[in-house]
Amino acid sequence: MIVLEIVLLVIKIILLIAILMGGFAYTMLLERRLLGFFQLRLGPNRVGPGGLLQPIADGLKMVLKEDLMPLGADPFVYRLAPVISLFTALCVDAVIPFGAPIHLFGLTVTLDIANPSIGLLIAFAFSSLGVYGLVLGGWASQNKYSLLGGIRASAQIISYELAMGLAVMGVLMTTHTANLEGIVLYQKAHGWLWLPQIGAFLIYFITGIAETNRTPFDLPEAESELVAGYHTEYSGMRFASYIIAEYINMITVSGIAVTLFFGGWLGPWLPPIIWFFIKIGIFLFIFIWIRATLPRFRYDQLMNFGWKVLVPAALIYFLGTAAFVSGIL
Amino acid sequence: MATDEVHGLVKREALSDETMVINLGPQHPSTHGVLRVRLVLDGERVVDAQPVIGYLHTGFEKTAETLTYQQCNTITDRLDYLAPMTNNLAYVLAVEKMMQIEVPKRAQYIRVLFAELTRLASHLVWLGTHVMDLGAMSLFFYCMREREVILDLIEAVAGVRMNPSYFRVGGLAYDLPDGFHEKAWDFVKDFPRWMKMYRNLVEGNPLINQRLKGIAVLDRETCYQYGVTGPNIRATGLALDLRKTEPYSSYEEFEFNVPTRTEGDAYARFWVRMEEMDESLKIVEQALDKITPRGEYATRDRKVALPPRDEIYGNMEALIHQFKLVTAGFPVPAGEVYQAVEGPRGEMGFYIISDGGPKPYRWRARTPSYYNLQTLPILCRDGLVADVITAIGSIDIMLGDVDK
Repeated sequence: MIVLEIVLLVIKIILLIAILMGGFAYTMLLERRLLGFFQLRLGPNRVGPGGLLQPIADGLKMVLKEDLMPLGADPFVYRLAPVISLFTALCVDAVIPFGAPIHLFGLTVTLDIANPSIGLLIAFAFSSLGVYGLVLGGWASQNKYSLLGGIRASAQIISYELAMGLAVMGVLMTTHTANLEGIVLYQKAHGWLWLPQIGAFLIYFITGIAETNRTPFDLPEAESELVAGYHTEYSGMRFASYIIAEYINMITVSGIAVTLFFGGWLGPWLPPIIWFFIKIGIFLFIFIWIRATLPRFRYDQLMNFGWKVLVPAALIYFLGTAAFVSGIL
Repeated sequence: MATDEVHGLVKREALSDETMVINLGPQHPSTHGVLRVRLVLDGERVVDAQPVIGYLHTGFEKTAETLTYQQCNTITDRLDYLAPMTNNLAYVLAVEKMMQIEVPKRAQYIRVLFAELTRLASHLVWLGTHVMDLGAMSLFFYCMREREVILDLIEAVAGVRMNPSYFRVGGLAYDLPDGFHEKAWDFVKDFPRWMKMYRNLVEGNPLINQRLKGIAVLDRETCYQYGVTGPNIRATGLALDLRKTEPYSSYEEFEFNVPTRTEGDAYARFWVRMEEMDESLKIVEQALDKITPRGEYATRDRKVALPPRDEIYGNMEALIHQFKLVTAGFPVPAGEVYQAVEGPRGEMGFYIISDGGPKPYRWRARTPSYYNLQTLPILCRDGLVADVITAIGSIDIMLGDVDK
């Protein structure tokens, strides 16, 4: 029995990584196509039918590119940094339930790698660690633009993690569990949480965009200011690792938002896992839409927004939820 | 050794152990060409900024001394290549002033029409790139689409899109082609709709407002000291516009306002340019009304303007004129002249000295970007790195205009 469980676990891990890599590849294609349409262009449509094989071409190109390292760089940290980014990005998804448990060979198989009682905390812990990849990469590159990008990344994460954590506390208090499957099951019984937790959801989504370094919070890699920010000096697969990490983070942030506020895999008619992916897809579209529309924050304005708007707002919502849950209100 | 080189350019007191010198450009996505700025940074705060120019040096002023007056026109296209017609206009007006040539009214109106279309095209590129520097990508593509229509109109009259040389000394190169008015009216009718869309994208957008308001402030006194002109000085509240103050090419017959703001910051410059686009469109409409589809497009003085083709085949004198003008050019009376026009970036002027021959003795271009760029250290000081990019975009420099 234990052997079977271990085999199942390994299969699940491989499947999850495959899904995430595929998800990354096609999120990127979706982004490029959609940005094309937003900007009166076509986007990549030459490789395969409608450009569907473009990710393979991109991947091949990245693998074949020369792997450069600046002379003054710290070789160990320089090589380690993209690994940290990619590793932490993949790890977060281990605790997200992708669908309702299914029954196979007389076993109940949950559609997540691990199902710890503190799943949400683990997800947050790993996503916080991801910033080390950016900071170390920026520092180790021995490039001034990279350094500035790394500094911005660390400042950004400090300003936004707190509000993000406070925002999801409301969900935890309402559902009395930090287990992500438990949160979905609570929503199955009591209705989706986005309406009662609308403030928390908005704060979570904004901080989620900041967490993934997307427009309008793409300061660490601000093209028009820092050339490419923390990954200016990276090339080949190391550069690709950063990009993969960014897109997987987008999927993860969307996945957690769906799990916490939009009932996870719940939905009528279609199989649960399809519902989960549809909901993630909607979030990804919003991410891309925002990128096509909005300009960028300035460094200090971003900090102000984080500390003076988001943290107090999250705190107020948190206290309000606490009062409501404990029956004071 | 490296630090000594730095001391040559950046003030010594700006450097300390706390600061970092960073080279912005000349290969940088948002320096609008090949501008290089040496920034002394304290964290993200800019202690000092020094523009370093010369990466696009072309030697045009010297080249012009070896060309005939009519040939020099092609050089002016390449100065500020986003507003070639404005440069053409300033140059041909200068030569015409020296030779005291009377240009037919119709040709003057067509010149006004294209000067304003050029202003629109130039401001569209500014709007797109400026907003892209702030981080919003899409508007750039929309602006390029509108500019494309204007370039099509320029192509229709001149045969090329970027370096038209359509204005010639004595008038225009050719008459307007068939169907030009319809095309132009289509553009005039469509444009306000697109303009409204662009306004909606930027107006009231809190991100854009907080990136522009109070950033890169330029006061009027500094503008005087540095010779800053165009929208940059109009954003400080001074309605300095050569089209009004020293009308040329029949601008006095057109009705338009000179938009001004008083704040002098990047936000003020932004909206001055946006409103200028509306005013330019008004002038384009009036000019289209005034221009008849067929008529005179150059002076009848055969010593200056090329005779029409059919005349050459039947008339000995016309053939001689054609030959003389093409091979030797026309002589310009000895003397000197300065003539300026209001370009999209400010006062675009030419100072020409003639020794009486067919080639200029000295040919100097007063290009507005060169003067506007010099204020960059003032604009950037004590701002953040992001503000440097905003400042460069908001004074709307054009490197072909700076290095000449």
